[in-house]
Amino acid sequence: MSSVTTGRDARIPRNDDSDLVRAAQRGDPRAFAQLVEKYEARVYTLARKMMRDPQDAEDVLQETFLSVFRHLNDFHGDSSFSTWLYRIATNAALMKLRARKPPSLSLDEPFESDGDEMMPREIVDWGITPEEALLNSEVRAQMDAAVAALPESLRAVFVLRDIEGLSVQETADVLGISVPNVKTRLHRARLMLRESLSVYFKGRRTSDEGRKTKIGHRSSVIGQRFHSETRT
Amino acid sequence: MKHEHNDLCAQLQAQLPDYLDGETRAEVCRAIEAHLAECEDCRIVVDTLKKTITLYRAAPRDAVPRDVHARLVRVLNLDEFTSSR
Repeated sequence: MSSVTTGRDARIPRNDDSDLVRAAQRGDPRAFAQLVEKYEARVYTLARKMMRDPQDAEDVLQETFLSVFRHLNDFHGDSSFSTWLYRIATNAALMKLRARKPPSLSLDEPFESDGDEMMPREIVDWGITPEEALLNSEVRAQMDAAVAALPESLRAVFVLRDIEGLSVQETADVLGISVPNVKTRLHRARLMLRESLSVYFKGRRTSDEGRKTKIGHRSSVIGQRFHSETRT
Repeated sequence: MKHEHNDLCAQLQAQLPDYLDGETRAEVCRAIEAHLAECEDCRIVVDTLKKTITLYRAAPRDAVPRDVHARLVRVLNLDEFTSSR
């Protein structure tokens, strides 16, 4: 079996927050402060990946916890507290994004596409390891830029599933869309990011030419074959 | 010799989402891996797709800057209830 596994999922404790939440609902500020400190990095990471502007990300962070505070008594434990929190944070991010531009795709609508992002164009066998890449600030900046360039309906799914480490079902619950819809959007997002990183590593290989890199490249017409069979 | 792409490449693409998330049945998984052993382009696409996912999942969270944390705590009126950083 060859699923992609990393430590990300394991890093998300699925602790039962019910005691803290109940105490916060009774008005205990220490309990609410503990919830804030437990989840602020997750909300901030989501906000930074969703928003291009750091000030917007901070606004989303504040709006999320203000909204959690105001609506804490509306939380009845139908979902986990973290799923409820992610829903509020994602909505805050999407509302801010939409306030800044003309109406765009709704998450409730089927994702329409001409299928271009499904076509692998760059067949670049980049040999960099995650450890090498993550130590390299230029690569990390490229990764962030690639996420920021995703259409927002794909970005939200990718950030929740592959950056925040939610399950497919949890991602569907947060966004209020179906599991198949999550899977479709997630795959499109991953293909687009792969393409973007491949272009980057190809460019890096070109600039490194003569310095013997581990990256090999050759062009391919495989994309058209992929493309024609995978439109949804 | 250059591999001739055929319907298997397209079938592979259709199976990729479940394959990447480890939700493919064993026999389908074996068929995919047999194809990857034959088709260099598909292997590269799948390898780099896996690497893309691994990179993002392995990346550390964005740390909340000290000043951002301080402003959040102030807005929530929780100064006296949170740990100082």
